[in-house]
Amino acid sequence: MRKLALREDILLRAEKPARYTGGEINAVMKDREQVAVRFAMVFPDVYEIGESHLGMKILYHLLNSRPDVWCERVYSPWMDMDRILREEHIPLFALESQDPLKDFDFLGFTLQYEMCYTNVLQVLDLAGIPLLAAERGEDVPLVIGGGPCAYNPEPLADFFDLFYMGEGEVSYFALLDLYKENRAKGGSRQDFLRQAAAIPGIYVPSLYRAEYHTDGTLADFVPLCPEAPRRIRKVIVSQMDEAPYPLKPVVPYLKATQDRVVLEIMRGCIRGCRFCQAGMIYRPVRQKSVENLLDTAYCMLDATGYDEISLSSLSSSDYTELAPLLDGLLEACRERKVNISLPSLRIDAFSLDVMSKVQDVKKSSLTFAPEGGTQRIRNVINKGLTEEEILSGAAEAFRGGWSKVKLYFMLGLPTETEEDMRGIAELSEKIAKCYYAEVPKEQRKGKVQITASASFFVPKPFTPFQWAAMETEEEYLRRARLVKDAFREQLNRKSLHFQYHEADVTVLEGVLARGDRRVGRAILEAYRLGAIYDAWSEFFDMGRWQEAFRRAGVDPDFYTRRQRQAEELFPWDFIDIGVTKRFLRREWERAMEGLVTPNCREACSGCGAAVFGGGICHEN
Amino acid sequence: MKIRIRFSKTGNMRFISHLDVMRYFQKALRRAGVAICFSQGFSPHPVMSFASPLGMGETSEGEYVDIEVDHCESSARMVERLNAVMAEGFRVRSFRRLPDTGKTNAMATIAAADYRVLLRPEGFLSRDVLGTAWEDFLGQESIVVHRKTKSREGDADIRPMIRVARWQEDGSFFLRLDAGSVRNLKPEAVFDGFFRYLERTGAPVPADLPDSGSVSRVLQIHRLDLYGEREGQLVSLEELGEEIP
Repeated sequence: MRKLALREDILLRAEKPARYTGGEINAVMKDREQVAVRFAMVFPDVYEIGESHLGMKILYHLLNSRPDVWCERVYSPWMDMDRILREEHIPLFALESQDPLKDFDFLGFTLQYEMCYTNVLQVLDLAGIPLLAAERGEDVPLVIGGGPCAYNPEPLADFFDLFYMGEGEVSYFALLDLYKENRAKGGSRQDFLRQAAAIPGIYVPSLYRAEYHTDGTLADFVPLCPEAPRRIRKVIVSQMDEAPYPLKPVVPYLKATQDRVVLEIMRGCIRGCRFCQAGMIYRPVRQKSVENLLDTAYCMLDATGYDEISLSSLSSSDYTELAPLLDGLLEACRERKVNISLPSLRIDAFSLDVMSKVQDVKKSSLTFAPEGGTQRIRNVINKGLTEEEILSGAAEAFRGGWSKVKLYFMLGLPTETEEDMRGIAELSEKIAKCYYAEVPKEQRKGKVQITASASFFVPKPFTPFQWAAMETEEEYLRRARLVKDAFREQLNRKSLHFQYHEADVTVLEGVLARGDRRVGRAILEAYRLGAIYDAWSEFFDMGRWQEAFRRAGVDPDFYTRRQRQAEELFPWDFIDIGVTKRFLRREWERAMEGLVTPNCREACSGCGAAVFGGGICHEN
Repeated sequence: MKIRIRFSKTGNMRFISHLDVMRYFQKALRRAGVAICFSQGFSPHPVMSFASPLGMGETSEGEYVDIEVDHCESSARMVERLNAVMAEGFRVRSFRRLPDTGKTNAMATIAAADYRVLLRPEGFLSRDVLGTAWEDFLGQESIVVHRKTKSREGDADIRPMIRVARWQEDGSFFLRLDAGSVRNLKPEAVFDGFFRYLERTGAPVPADLPDSGSVSRVLQIHRLDLYGEREGQLVSLEELGEEIP
């Protein structure tokens, strides 16, 4: 029997002991004496969230495919366990071996959202690892970060020894080989970091110095040794069919948020929505073949016993072989009594036909993401979806028996006017009207249910909107109330629901997203003041963060309220994602003129991603 | 055909909740390629019925799940196939065919359960205290404890529901208690009654003797088997099915 890190009485006091005991189906067990490198892969949020994350599964599989490496999983202990571990002085451990994290060679954090940054510090702290990279000695694990938030690593620069820019499949083996080689030679931590800086996609923050103008903006970003390149280009997989994929993913006992087989069908997105960071940093679009995907799906279903499979991509409707893929899946899944879930499909005749085959029309709801309330603002953000498309999709769906619609919008977008805000309510009203026009009275089962939700826009690095200023918390709330009032004026208001996200958390996300190295001090102060699980509204406390900014001498407005100059040097500009700053600036200018840019399939706009020599840029 | 599976849940799997065990078995049956029958309706789900749920932290070698299958191989082969896909701590012990007629639903037929209970830490109650007190406690005509279930709360006499209660040489307790949907008694209630009895009689008890709400803290409960009734006799739920050759 595997020895557990926690005593029985502690586990039985926890809300869900299975978060800490491991031993799941397909969890990889190795002999700790037989491996050269021990890697702890951390998702800094609770088990059920982390266990749902595809990227972590891919890396777990990739690293464990090497006999000399044992990769294990770590999640943030939930609040109850956090308290127990601190009170009892029990060091945080990995799920598989249950060994303390301090015994590991690497701690790899996947950084999926800014609001998990204090949980990074929580995990380091509970592991007994110095929070600041500069204070870590030779025997302390190397702390490496990756994922979308690593594309602006600067707010976290003080806490990490390395960052990985791009897709894990490419450079991890070289990094691990270097680590083994350096250790065999008796090299120091510093020796390793300097050589690692020369590996494609690896960024070692301690080897760079940031210099600032008197107005606080970045003046220069200087490499401090010859191994550290001035610019670091992200690394990506060019042939998706050749990339390793986890055919035997871990099957948790607890119900994870994604409790199903996840089939990644492509990376990248052709759309180029101007607010969307994923749409830029994952360029170019690269697809997997149908044969590969069907084989993968069967293997994964057999190895896990899941009764549901979900397609994963940024925009599945843009997968060019969607019809044959779904035909194949539908047939196999009908045989096996497996459900298919289809997120991120554009609503049209084709997708509705497929959806009516795989889900209960009466119970399921349709999702549209118009993001903006008027055509004008949708052009500004380059969201191709027109009102006509939304209404004809909705009409088709209503005729097909659906009567629940979810709509996603953003408030606080650049150039937004009151008309755009009211447009959210008006568009929702038009969809309700469409239902009553399309569905004869005797066929209606109660009212149509339209739920519109608005989040507040946060400008992200490497998007055309990276220059944009944000609004204040009060202004976001004013706009949300204006929309709410507009909903009350609609004829079908009883069929419409409007909800909006928290505004204070939006402002904070804005600071962290486009922050520089100086913001790190505020993150540390916030953690010391007790901030963790900031992504969970029940634990988030803006007061704590305000105090942290004050103590750290960081002015949040500097990061959120400024409209940045065209030529300003950004903290993340040393990273090369392929897409050029020139292209992003051109897109910003086109946004200001309300001009739509064609997607990658319609025409190449010369964004720069062609430099990777693969994907859609080089088809035909 | 109807199938009854007996399995054990031991070791670290005692931290997996009953709900999670149900989800685990759904997937395990798929992994083993068992031709399980599905319910009708838009989203068919496998027909499964679990006997009396085990509490968090408890282990068992007498857990049961009834399923329906289209076809299958021999019992021995099916046990082998299932064990090939089990996680450490779960073990399938038998795979038997149930008669097609009669009331066979696992939960509905349960009459009694056997438990082995250890007090912990070892020597929590001295042998001197236990030796006489346990016999005297059981010798009472009625044992009234305060019980709280989902549907009601109140005092109840649990003595008639204790079929056998033996303190054994190795220091463990063997309990055979009423179980099932009609009358169900848990080992915790027996020990709650015992601890309150010790207090009342002024026996020398440890300072940290648990109150009614936290009895399980000092108990290590292992379920040995579940029983149904046939012609007035207790029969292991396993015995109600027959081996498939």
